[in-house]
Order: sequence, then structure tokens, then C-alpha cells
Amino acid sequence: METLLESLKTLTLNKLRTGLAMLGIVIGIGSVIALVSLGQASQQAIQNQIQSLGANLLTVNPGSQTSGTIRGAAGGATTLTNADATAIQTSPSITTISAVSPEVQKRVQVTAGRNNSNIQIIGVTAAYEGVHKITLTEGRFINDVDNNSLSKVIVIGQQVEANLFPTQDPLGQNIRINGISFRVIGITASKGGTGFLNQDNIGYIPLTTAQQQILGQTYLNTISLEAKSQDVMTQAENEVGYLLLARHKLTSPAQADFTILSQQDIANTASATTGTFTSLLSGIAAISLLVGGIGIMNIMLVTVTERTREIGLRKALGAKKQVITMQFLTESILLTFSGGLIGIVIGIIASYIFSSLSGSIFVISFPSILLAFVVSAGIGVLFGWYPASRAASLQPIEALRYE
Amino acid sequence: MNTQGIIHVSHLSKVYKTEGMETTALSDISFDIQKGEFVAIMGPSGSGKSTLMHILGALDTPTTGQYILDGENVENLTDDELADIRNKKIGFIFQAFNLLPRITVLQNVMLPMRYAGIPEEERKKTAQKYLEMVGLGHRLSHTSSQISGGQQQRVAIARGLAMNPALLLADEPTGNIASAQAEEIMAIFQELNNKQGHTIVMITHEPDIAAHSKRIITVKDGKIISDKKNPKPIPAKRTNAID
Repeated sequence: METLLESLKTLTLNKLRTGLAMLGIVIGIGSVIALVSLGQASQQAIQNQIQSLGANLLTVNPGSQTSGTIRGAAGGATTLTNADATAIQTSPSITTISAVSPEVQKRVQVTAGRNNSNIQIIGVTAAYEGVHKITLTEGRFINDVDNNSLSKVIVIGQQVEANLFPTQDPLGQNIRINGISFRVIGITASKGGTGFLNQDNIGYIPLTTAQQQILGQTYLNTISLEAKSQDVMTQAENEVGYLLLARHKLTSPAQADFTILSQQDIANTASATTGTFTSLLSGIAAISLLVGGIGIMNIMLVTVTERTREIGLRKALGAKKQVITMQFLTESILLTFSGGLIGIVIGIIASYIFSSLSGSIFVISFPSILLAFVVSAGIGVLFGWYPASRAASLQPIEALRYE
Repeated sequence: MNTQGIIHVSHLSKVYKTEGMETTALSDISFDIQKGEFVAIMGPSGSGKSTLMHILGALDTPTTGQYILDGENVENLTDDELADIRNKKIGFIFQAFNLLPRITVLQNVMLPMRYAGIPEEERKKTAQKYLEMVGLGHRLSHTSSQISGGQQQRVAIARGLAMNPALLLADEPTGNIASAQAEEIMAIFQELNNKQGHTIVMITHEPDIAAHSKRIITVKDGKIISDKKNPKPIPAKRTNAID
């Protein structure tokens, strides 16, 4: 305890030097904390978004069309049909799928009065609403009657509403797509997302209308499936996979002209990407921590040299090696520990500012804070050890003679 | 060997080796100091008296010969064992005072007791007692930069006494202070020696300082050239005038 107070006193004596010595640790710990917390925030944001799109979701996409030896672009195949979707729904070999949503999509230019916008049009059946967890703020979603009667009705997202109908209630208004008028029958609640992932810049129309009047195609772009629970995802994937292989007259999974992705796969891929990025940046931050530690060692060596006489006197008065070692180790640990503490605070503030500027969520990772404490104290021991043991092994007469 | 002896030195020599050159600092030194003596070791600079002081203070070890301090053979000891001997048996008083500048006078005197593991309350009480004895009871919370050289040396004496050592070892104790204050230091030494029976060994090159002691050993070229009783030590007066 007395050693601690004494070290504190020594360190506060030369505030500028103490501050500069700590700076490396402050920056190192601060950036590790900030980067880890930002990385975790973005990972969580991705998870949240994907969960909001449906956790038990399986997506079947057409693969590349292979004719002879020429392989076309992924997703370019036209082999996924309405009949496939119906088969998945009705086949007795499918036991784990609770809902099937056949979909087509296209980006189109739409107009309403004098306003226009570029939106994603998705042709859907009534099943889409449940599979993709769509909630409406107004009106109703596309139903079976709309599909059977090729209705020209549309359900729009918040962004579409804002772009096309800034001043009036869109319900009952018309939107023109490719010269055809669609009546707005519903507005979805916001789902978030930005850019390509924007879930609010979408218009939903009946699948039949979309295929026959907008796209002129009989095939599907996507079949979304809802598994009965998260535990049967793999089984569901297999069941659907083998059914489609059989229907497409293919003999092995290697020939598959479609891909099945679970929502979890997508989430994992996205998380892995941000995870790699985070660990890369944290690695750089860790290097600055190392440099900070070397700075501490340097300062401690200077301190030992400056205080040679003091060390000599202490030894003359009966201080044993261990006492001197402890004294200097306490100083270096105090340096790195308080540096770490400041770094943690700065890191948290930095990530808070960044997250509020970028509108992302703010996450504090307690394990990483704990780790930062341990690491900063550890650096104190690691880089303080050599100077301290050098001080302890000084010969008292040599040290007392030192000017 | 006399069991009452504080210091027993026999055939002691010290040879320094630097860059292949051998320098003999001390050769064949032998003497005994009994409990209650006040001895001055005199000699010009380069005579080897500092080397002798380092060996007597267990700061250095002799090349050959024997040194027994208060019944303890100071040979082949590890650094930590030497530190322990310095802590318990020797009270150092240096020419340059060597007080730690950042801590108070009281804490300076408490320092050796801390290394001995004495509890804080007791340390404080003992330190206070010795500081009062050297006439600095009113300066406990000053730092060394706030008091005069003579006062600093008195603090150093209190620090030397703190562990109640067998031997007080003073190295040119008056070398850095004014003569009036030097008188005060000598008065304290005589009081410690006469009234409390402390054994004091003082290294000095000044004959008038040495004249305060009861026995004068003169060293020259690493050898003892005389070892005489001083039948009439000059009494010094405590003045307390320069506080």
C-alpha cells in the first residue's frame, strides 16, 4: 500500500513525462476497445436485420444454366417454375416446410402523378406476408383472389410512399409501372436496411400479374420457404433439394441447377466478413499497444538511470532486491493500468460517437474491457520487468557514487 | 577474539581490477573496535579510507581477510543478506546526507524500519522520538529541500539511529555543512557516545573534526600508519542556535 502511494507520488511529480509515456497505451487500448465494439455492433446489426427477414427462412435460387460445356451466370437459369413451388407445397416427401412463397422480382421505374422513383417490384402470393414477416401499417396484403384474377394492385414500402406520395395518403391512389396502373391497397411497416438491402423501397404485386404483364416470364426468380422450426433447417434443405433434383431430372447434387440458402448461412457469411475485418483492425491496434509497451520500457529505463542514487541509498538502508523490483514494477503497472483505464474510456466514447453519427447500434463488450484491463496490467509487468530488475541488481556503492 | 567487539578486522585487503590493471586500495589492515568506542578514521584522499568505510558498511566485500561485525562474519554473503546486515546493524550517515527529496523528514527516518517490516504505528513513534532527540521534532512534515544542510544531516543521524544499530558509520559527516552546524553534529555524536553508549566510526580528513573522537586511526596508501587513543576529546556544545 505504501509502495503504491509512493509510486503514485513519483508519477505525479513529472506529469508531462507520465502522460506521454501513457499515451501509447491509451491509444492502443482505446483503439482496440473502439474497434471491437464497432465490429460487434455491425455484426449485431447484420444479425438483427437478417432475423427480421425471417429466421426459419430457406431461399431457393436458380443456379447457372449449363448448356453443353458453357456455364451461364449464377441465377440466370430459368428452370425454377411455379410447378416446382406447387410441388414443394404438395409433395408427400416434404414434411418440414410450413409455407412456400414463389417470387419474381425486377427493378423498375415507377410514376405516380408527377413523382417517379426506381423501386424493386416483387411478384408475390399471399404466402409471402407470413414467410417474410411483413407487417402492414395500412390496408391489406396481396391475397389469393388478387392472384387468381390478375388484379392490378400494389402494396408499397415506407420509402416508396415517401418518394411518390409525399403529401397525400397513398391508399386508393394509382402507381404506373410500364404504362400499367396499379392501385395501392396497403403500406408495409418499415424494416430498415440501406442501399441494395433497403427493405422499404419495395412494391409488392400479385405473382401472376408480375409474370404475365410486367416481366413476361413463366419462371421464378426465388422460392422462399419457411421451415417448421429452426431445428429442422438442414432436413428441410435436404428434402427440398432432392425433390427439385428429381423434378429437374438431375442425378447428383453436383449437377444442381439451383442453390438453397438458409437465412443463417447468409448471416454467417456476413458475420464472417465483418469478423475478419474487425480482427484485422484489432491486430493493427494491438501492434500500437506493443509499441506503447516499448515506450513504457524506455521511460522506465530512463527513470532507473535518473534515480540510481536513490536506489543506492535504499539498498544501503537495507532494501532487498525484491523491494526495489516491486517499487519499479508498481510504477510501470500503475502507468499502464491508468493508461488502459483512460484508453477504455476514450474507446467507449469514440465508439459511442461513431455509432451515433452513423446511426448504428452502440455495443459495449464487457469481455473486451476486462481483457483490456488485464492486457494493460500485463504490459506493465512485461515491459517493467527488465528495468525493475536492472534497478534491483545495482550495486549500492556504485549507485551512491553516481552523479 | 573479544566477544564484546563490535568490529573485528584482520589482514584485510582490497584489490580493484580495471582493464587488466590491479590497484591495491587496502592492504593487510587489522584492528578491533569495542562497544562504546568513538573512532575517527583519518587520511588524505586516495588513502583508501573510503574503501575501508564501504567494507565496514557491508556495501562492499574485501578481496582477502576477515571482517566480523557484531559477531556476524561478513563474508560470502548474498546481496540480500548484506542488505539485511546493513539494515539491522549499521546506521549510515553520508557526506551528502542522502535524504529522499520527495518524502517528508519523518518518512525518511521511517524508511529503514519499513525495510525491516516494522508496523507503521511503531515506525512513526520511533522516528518521532529520534527526530526530537536531534532537535527536529518541529520539522516532521518538511521535505529535505525545506531545511538547511545541518538540519538534513541531523535527520540523517535520526535515520541512522532508527534501527538502533550496533554501529553508527559516518562518512565525512561535516564535509558539506557550515562549521557552526558541524559543531552541533559533533555534539550530538558525543552525546550519543557518552550518554547512550553508541559505537561510532567516523571517516574524516579534517583533524579538528577527528579531535572530537576518543581514538584516531590514520590510514595512508592503504595501510594503517597510526592507531592512537585521544585522551582529551574536544567537547562540542549543542547550540540549537541555527534552527
